[in-house]
Amino acid sequence: MRIPYFPGCTLNTTAKGFDNSLRASAQVLGVELAELPEWNCCGATFPLLADNVLDLTGPARVLVAAREAGERLAVACTTCYNVLRRTNLAIRADEDKREKLNFFIEAEYEGDLQVLDVLQVLRDEVGFDRIAQVVKKPLAGLKAAAYYGCMVLRPAAEVAYDDPENPRALDELLTALGAETVDYPHKGECCGAYLAVKSPEATAEMTYTILSSAQKNGAQLMVTNCPLCQFNLDRQQMEMGKRHAGYRPVPVFYFAQLLGVALGLEADDFGWEKHYVDPQPVLARVRS
Amino acid sequence: MLDKEPIKRVLVIGAGIAGMQAALDIANSGYEVVLVDRLPSIGGRMAQLSETFPTLDCAQCILTPRTVEVGHHENIQLVTYSEVEDVRGEIGDFQVRIRRYPTYVDWDVCTGCGLCQEKCPKRVVSDFEREMGRRKAIYTLSPQAVPNKPVLDRDNCIYFERGKCRACEKFCPVGAIDFEQEETLIEERVGCIIVATGYDLYPMAELGEYGHGQVPDVIDGLAFERLLSASGPTAGKVRRPSDGKEPKEVVFVQCAGSRDPELGMPYCSKICCMYTAKHAMLYKHRVHGGQAYIFYIDIRSAGKHYEEFVQRAMEEDRVLYLRGKVSKIFREGDKVVVWGVDTLSDRQVEIAADLVVLATAMVPKEGTRELAEMLGLETDEFGFFTEAEGNMQPVETSRPGIFLAGAGIGPKDIPETVAQASGAAAKVLSLFAQWSGVPEEMAVEQLLGESNV
Repeated sequence: MRIPYFPGCTLNTTAKGFDNSLRASAQVLGVELAELPEWNCCGATFPLLADNVLDLTGPARVLVAAREAGERLAVACTTCYNVLRRTNLAIRADEDKREKLNFFIEAEYEGDLQVLDVLQVLRDEVGFDRIAQVVKKPLAGLKAAAYYGCMVLRPAAEVAYDDPENPRALDELLTALGAETVDYPHKGECCGAYLAVKSPEATAEMTYTILSSAQKNGAQLMVTNCPLCQFNLDRQQMEMGKRHAGYRPVPVFYFAQLLGVALGLEADDFGWEKHYVDPQPVLARVRS
Repeated sequence: MLDKEPIKRVLVIGAGIAGMQAALDIANSGYEVVLVDRLPSIGGRMAQLSETFPTLDCAQCILTPRTVEVGHHENIQLVTYSEVEDVRGEIGDFQVRIRRYPTYVDWDVCTGCGLCQEKCPKRVVSDFEREMGRRKAIYTLSPQAVPNKPVLDRDNCIYFERGKCRACEKFCPVGAIDFEQEETLIEERVGCIIVATGYDLYPMAELGEYGHGQVPDVIDGLAFERLLSASGPTAGKVRRPSDGKEPKEVVFVQCAGSRDPELGMPYCSKICCMYTAKHAMLYKHRVHGGQAYIFYIDIRSAGKHYEEFVQRAMEEDRVLYLRGKVSKIFREGDKVVVWGVDTLSDRQVEIAADLVVLATAMVPKEGTRELAEMLGLETDEFGFFTEAEGNMQPVETSRPGIFLAGAGIGPKDIPETVAQASGAAAKVLSLFAQWSGVPEEMAVEQLLGESNV
């Protein structure tokens, strides 16, 4: 299966390991992620102002390029997924926006693309059952906390392909890979997102809420699908002990990294060196 | 059309406080009433309540005289554990078919001694107790049940499951148990129908942010009524479901589903502000050192003595009112953590509670749409019955001879329900008076002319 693919800029930089592990895993699963030949920034935030059409030109351009490549688009970065999907819906449903945008970017796009998150593609088109069948190194004995962030859950009516209050896709994937998933109440809580820049204390507390709750429920590692969440959860732990005595850091993985490992792939370029909390002790347990 | 004398008998569907009130008003005027309910005994939702606002009357104590009167009334034919299956005809002569489910107990023989319930070895989670208590496979809803005759729940009976047991039969002193009993069809003819089917609560399972109904110490308002009720699973002591401990911090959440267009319920459920104030008050009366918090959007206490009641909860019972919504409820250790906002102090609030009570939205009783369809009545977008005209014909329907009462039309409290039921009964009685007071031919003309006056 070949599907047009939009990695997003983060997957070319800090989340390169996510991109590499995702492409390699997809290949094993018979999915060719065909990167759009030319793409630009998704815009990074869906404009909250209803009449702000100019900010949608960036994502609209991506959608036009994607529509030329096919009928569907698989998006890796969850923020890009959120922005592209909502822009696509706006173009489809709002005639005024559609006309203006097409005028701005000199296109004739109707919004008839299907924007999908890569995890959604794995769940609905590959199937977690099938993935389970080809696992070579099960993640047996690992207690993982799935963390979804908000970008694939909210606003639910526009973006969610899962129960927004009790998402399951990541948990089900991890179970298919042989890991044990832990239940905790903050799977879709905000990680603090860009507050990490403006008010780091807020992000510190928000990530602590998520991480400590997962650990209280037995998690030895966190698994996410969102580059910004991965960064925040991972990076914030470096100083967490200062505010919360006795805090013990846990590694934060992309689901694709663990998928690749479980599929028995060479994982040298999975970006382990970019992690703040050392993932090797956990990985060693899978490999042994 | 109608070429014979109209029948001065009434079918009342639903034997809650609305149906009972209407039935009694009509029966006491000398006309026969067929009163049907799906449950084994009458009283409806009110039978589950502990005390009523704003007087704090014991609900059971003011209800029981009514249920007993209904049970003994010579003009009321009680048909419980039954459903109205088909209605044909028109005003003056409706032909009604009622399906009565097998109780596996011959009620004509049964003395209501209760020995079968005592001896039955099978315990079942009780719906009546909002799943916080248990009943036997052969059971009555409560000790004050009218009729005080048990029904055997076939799905949970050991004998029906495995072919052995029959303990109830062995111990029954009068030989009333009948495992061969089958459902029966009852045909009735009536001139008018009053529909008083009432309400359910919006399921907590639909409220994902409040724990999907999966957190044991997050319960709904009716469940809290059962905890407060002297005949409830804890004999009136406030004990939380998970470990039976007395909760020291209780959070009440109003508008749990109500006034939420995203959930499809933009309407106000009307009774929650008052019963939540009552809940918090009664909790404080039972657990003196406890703290009660109430999250509210605004307090709607319009009603006689209602505002004073809410003020009493705040001032005398020191209930802490927090103006804001709750965003999330989750379990942490043996606590239930509530995240909310207090918009008066502009702060986020986190409370580690022992028990959370959700004032979930009132929704139409399950099966309302189907019943409406069968009766040829309309329902609104939320599934409540539509009255003929909201202002001036609040108990009439678009079908002559069929009237409405109670929470099946929309959320309302007990006093309003009772008043409305009497209103519906009065409409029926005025028709009967017309039918009696004029010669036959004229009555028919009158019927067809202005049938719903």
